[in-house]
Amino acid sequence: MEILTIGLLLGATYALIAMGLNLQYGVARIMNLANGEMLVAGAFGAFWVFTAQKVSPYVALLFVVPAAFGLNWLIYRTLLRPLVRRAKNRGMLEVDSILATFGMSFVFVGIMLMAFGGDYFSYSYLAEPFVIFGSPYGLNKVVAFVAAAAICGLLYLGLNKTRTGMAIRAVAVDPAAAGLAGIDVPKMSTFAFALGGAVTAGGGIMLSTFLTLDASIGVVFTMKALIIVIMGGVGDVRGAIIASLILGLAETAVASLIDPGLTLAAAYLLFVLVLLFRPQGLFGRRPS
Amino acid sequence: MRRRSVLQLAIAGAFLGALSLNTAYAADAIKIGAVGPKTGPLAGGAAVTHWPNFKLWATQVNARGGLKMKGGKRRKVEIIEYDDRTNPGETIKAVERLATRDKADFIAAPYGTGLTLASAPVFAKHGYPQIAVAAITDKVPELTKRYPGIFFTLGNTTAFADSVVSILLKMRADGTIGSNVAMVNVADAFGIELAESARPIFKKAGFNIVYDKSYPLGTQDLSTIVKGAKATNPDAFVAWSYPPDTFGLTAQAKIENFKVKAFYTAVATAFPVYAGKFGKSIEGVLGAGGVNPDSPAMKAYRAAHKKITGKTADYWASPVTYAALQTLGQAIEAVGSTDRKAVTAYLKKGTFKTVMGTWKFNNQVIDQFWTVGQWQKGVFYGVTSTGASGAKPVVAKTGW
Repeated sequence: MEILTIGLLLGATYALIAMGLNLQYGVARIMNLANGEMLVAGAFGAFWVFTAQKVSPYVALLFVVPAAFGLNWLIYRTLLRPLVRRAKNRGMLEVDSILATFGMSFVFVGIMLMAFGGDYFSYSYLAEPFVIFGSPYGLNKVVAFVAAAAICGLLYLGLNKTRTGMAIRAVAVDPAAAGLAGIDVPKMSTFAFALGGAVTAGGGIMLSTFLTLDASIGVVFTMKALIIVIMGGVGDVRGAIIASLILGLAETAVASLIDPGLTLAAAYLLFVLVLLFRPQGLFGRRPS
Repeated sequence: MRRRSVLQLAIAGAFLGALSLNTAYAADAIKIGAVGPKTGPLAGGAAVTHWPNFKLWATQVNARGGLKMKGGKRRKVEIIEYDDRTNPGETIKAVERLATRDKADFIAAPYGTGLTLASAPVFAKHGYPQIAVAAITDKVPELTKRYPGIFFTLGNTTAFADSVVSILLKMRADGTIGSNVAMVNVADAFGIELAESARPIFKKAGFNIVYDKSYPLGTQDLSTIVKGAKATNPDAFVAWSYPPDTFGLTAQAKIENFKVKAFYTAVATAFPVYAGKFGKSIEGVLGAGGVNPDSPAMKAYRAAHKKITGKTADYWASPVTYAALQTLGQAIEAVGSTDRKAVTAYLKKGTFKTVMGTWKFNNQVIDQFWTVGQWQKGVFYGVTSTGASGAKPVVAKTGW
């Protein structure tokens, strides 16, 4: 029972890390390697709000999320749109975007280093025990779980029940065909990229309540998000959710029942197995 | 056409002028190279321990006019910094660059055991003394033999493991704790070495290691580990950990209300961020390092550190980094020049007044160092050392 709860809480953490990249890669086709830095930037916002302004870090959601939306919108328009226009096919765009966002991640780390310094930043918020089925868990992790569920739920509903959502899903399936159907593909891609960045920054705020971060740690989160997005399959929000939960549960089960030292090995083994037997990911579409 | 070339000439002239201004100052200054991580996995630790001390030392030295040379002339110091991105290849490149292109007079040792050892051959090749601080290894004897210019100041692995066991031995003799120990370690070189060093020492002292697990570097969720350790009902919990797992383990222990009378996490326990995050809960937590904060020199150091750099020094390697710089400065002044051979020879036999007390290298090693500290009333006091003075008695941990 404990394994289940811990695994689900961990899965929620992973979902917060991966959701944004899922949108950016699935719809805008940008493999954003600077995703982790956006997460850390959001976390910095929460840290600043909590330590300097002495209010709940969740208040940071009010201004960090719109700011991240705007910033990512700008980045897509100025840095990435030229790559999209130039790319002759999807493979070329992926390579170009990987290189461009890789460089971008260094720029972001440098900016954060200048702005906040290189120290670790960490604070305790809602670190009280919250009892589930007789065992204590961090209240901040439970809140993160609820937030992750809310974000995933909202995204799923938004993508499947609204017209804009349908347009976004169409672009994810086939940008060329979507363009022919009258959908403004550049506008939808920009919107999806910006939304992905905002979700990542929001996730960073939730995670900062219990994780210790510094300006350089973004790459660790990018790696995790990459695995989850590829495992879950590109283009479907459900894939990322299921992959996050599976990964969280698997890692916790291995740590509790076998050995905590094998969590990384288990995660990557799962990744390799999924790629071997279902290379398009759990919910992905086989390329035609 | 003509206007553009005049403009270009003007810009070039201004640029050269600015350059020459720089070199006019630099021509007289002693160049000290500083390599270390500003980005990458060890950047967080270096930001607390390594970088602020260069600014502090250089500011203080230059405030009194610089280092005194033979003949009475004073020369200021100029710090040249390079980011090695926690990549040993970059560290080596930076040291080469400092030695050959920047023509630094002296180069400070890098931050981190792996990076210090990786660059040791380059220091030796160019004849620079290397006063290592953040480098802890059991290979010190063979390294000092191989590199006559390397000096170690923070201790060796076995001493750190040994001190923890000796504290637990004393607590057991006093009747405070029993014989069951839960031990975890981060699966990185430092954590693995400490765990391997500690296991036989624990066994010999008659302790039962009831939980013995390692976890990968960068593990974000430590609840399984803490729950697992708690389930074995240990008397003491020892974690050979790095930041951020030091923080994660402590946070989990607090949530679980892990009732052990001895709780030890290794690296970063001595960081100010640790106290900042956990507040009063840190009372009684043991960690690697420690200082004697009551000595007047240490008090002055901490005050100056806060004033000049704006940051709080840590309670372990920060003052040792500063002491290494003090030692270098005193050696240069004693020799009266920047002759590296002479300075290295003086380092080996001289006596130095530092913030850590009187230093005299014994076969290129400082034998007296703090191994374990404990948070008591908001200050991280040294409780065990290999011969330093001012150790405080250990208190038992009573809840979170």
